[in-house]
Amino acid sequence: MTAGNDWPLWEVFIRAREGLSHKHVGSLHACDAEMALQHARDVYTRRREGESIWVVQSTDIIASAPADKESLFDPADAKIYRHPTFYEVPDEVECL
Amino acid sequence: MTAAAQREALFEYLLRLGDNCLILGHRLSEWCGKGPVLEEDIALSNIALDLVGQSTLWLDLAATVEGAGRDADALAFKRDVLDWRNFLLVEQPNGDFAQTIVRQFLFDCFHVELLQALTKSANQEIANIAAKAIKEAVYHRRHSGQWVIRLGDGTEESRTRAQAALEQLWGYTRELFDGDAIDEMMMQAGIAIDPGDFHENWRDAVTAVLGEATLTVPEATWSIGGGKKGVHSEHLGFLLAEMQFLPRAYPDAKW
Amino acid sequence: MVESQSPGQASETEEAARFQARVDQEIKIEPRDWMPEGYRKTLVRQISQHAHSEIVGMLPEGCWVTRAPSLRRKVQLLAKIQDEAGHGLYLYSAAETLGTPRSEMIDALHSDRAKYSNIFNYPVLSWADIGTIGWLVDGAAIINQIALCRCSYGPYARAMERICREESFHQRQGYEIMMSMAFGTSEQKRMAQSALDRWWGPSLMMFGPSDRDTAQSSQSMAWKIKRVSNDDLRQQFVDMAVPQAEYLGLKIPDPDLKWNEERGHYDFGEIDWAELKRVVSGDGPCNKERMAARIKAHEDGAWVREAAVAYAEKKRQRESAARIAAE
Repeated sequence: MTAGNDWPLWEVFIRAREGLSHKHVGSLHACDAEMALQHARDVYTRRREGESIWVVQSTDIIASAPADKESLFDPADAKIYRHPTFYEVPDEVECL
Repeated sequence: MTAAAQREALFEYLLRLGDNCLILGHRLSEWCGKGPVLEEDIALSNIALDLVGQSTLWLDLAATVEGAGRDADALAFKRDVLDWRNFLLVEQPNGDFAQTIVRQFLFDCFHVELLQALTKSANQEIANIAAKAIKEAVYHRRHSGQWVIRLGDGTEESRTRAQAALEQLWGYTRELFDGDAIDEMMMQAGIAIDPGDFHENWRDAVTAVLGEATLTVPEATWSIGGGKKGVHSEHLGFLLAEMQFLPRAYPDAKW
Repeated sequence: MVESQSPGQASETEEAARFQARVDQEIKIEPRDWMPEGYRKTLVRQISQHAHSEIVGMLPEGCWVTRAPSLRRKVQLLAKIQDEAGHGLYLYSAAETLGTPRSEMIDALHSDRAKYSNIFNYPVLSWADIGTIGWLVDGAAIINQIALCRCSYGPYARAMERICREESFHQRQGYEIMMSMAFGTSEQKRMAQSALDRWWGPSLMMFGPSDRDTAQSSQSMAWKIKRVSNDDLRQQFVDMAVPQAEYLGLKIPDPDLKWNEERGHYDFGEIDWAELKRVVSGDGPCNKERMAARIKAHEDGAWVREAAVAYAEKKRQRESAARIAAE
């Protein structure tokens, strides 16, 4: 088989239990969405690891660039006032 | 009817259920490591595992009903061709991927109908096994049905192969719906229904998928049966020779 | 995957230094991160080789699926081989994150440009061989793989974690078979001993050449692709296997094998390195057969893969035609 005839790559996300969100578990090849779902089921839930599956073609995922990491995320470090521990409240006052 | 005759009929009936699953599961397991793509290798193994698992449940129950001290393994590994009760369809060789998929699809459509009926069986143990098995069978039908469509509506080559597989296997499907005295007894006892009753449902389901696959429903110009009574094709003997080799060669050994 | 922005322009040496610092701090490297070309190449080679081993490894065991001696053994073995297919798939996926498509890796395998574990080039002669493969070959693989869970490359480490979790039953499956054989009839015992005699040496070779003779090891260690040396892993394996063989009442075919009180490890005889070299370079008992079987499966499947692509394409066209008609 030539590389050109390769089935596209899909990313697989699985909800392990009800109440949890879907989590990326890996990828696989499939030529259409139905096949991707079936393969995801057979490959990634053989031990009852899932309640629900999402599949998405890898090329449809837009990822942030690693080089942008500092400019995207570091600014949030300085905003400690977004966390409850930033605030001082007296011990004797409850429910805050 | 005597209780003994009733029990014997039930035993025979359970063998049919178990043998179909085991022989088809065994055939699928022959694909292990040879699938057209890695993902499909895993899918076929999954179906094989489901079927061998189901066969174990049916044969366990058969052994209990028989009450002769045999267990599922004894029934699987120590019976010769004449005592097997599976359909000719499921023992047919794998052939190419199209033959395997078409064989599977024709059986899966039947299997779902059968198990649906058995979930309402008067025999609670049968109903329980059927309730577990039907979830698997519905998935099998989805898998094989999708592949029939892909192959039929894929390339010229895949279409030709799929149509050839249909022509080659169609004549074995008649047997799936031909009721006999055992089926009649099961019906009377409320254990099962006449397989002829769901022939039309099966035909509708198959025809719908074949239509989507742009494949032609073959004309019923020939049909062969006999598996239910132990009259098999030559293929079964070779399958059993391989499957049963170790327990036959070393009858005293435990594995 | 598509990247939203192009990366900044740090110099190659700065990037390399930053990369090594991250590795040293045990920060995982992810697919889009900058990495030295050598790191990428080494990983693709190692991960794909690992994946090929899983896939080729299905063949020797697969030849006993249809002869498993009980229903229980049949499903166990089939599930185990199926896991191996799954593990091959996880590994190919991990390697693909480095930019090499699976088809390219498979082409490399089929055209003799990629290697796989030497162990699968030996014949599987009796049912006890299936037990021994689970016990020793999977046992050796697990030791290797646990070390790899700490590999610096994120996708590889995560695949290894999943694989280790799933493989925990493989070795038990093998040992259970060995127990029924070693404690069974005299014929079964004979099969068990014969299997151990034939698989022991090749199992030791699974850890690769001795540390004395490997050039790549030190760079791989610095990159934390490899975390423990070949010889240390091999020692760990011997220390594990010897008491297990004793329990079975089987004799390990090595006259030099003995407990070394001072080292706290078993000493063992020199490995037949010439044989390893011979088998790795294609002259093992089953190399040609294994590759022929892989290539046949791949070629027989070509029309199926093409059909699926053709159908998907037709379906896409029909759907977009229907959308246009609706608009």
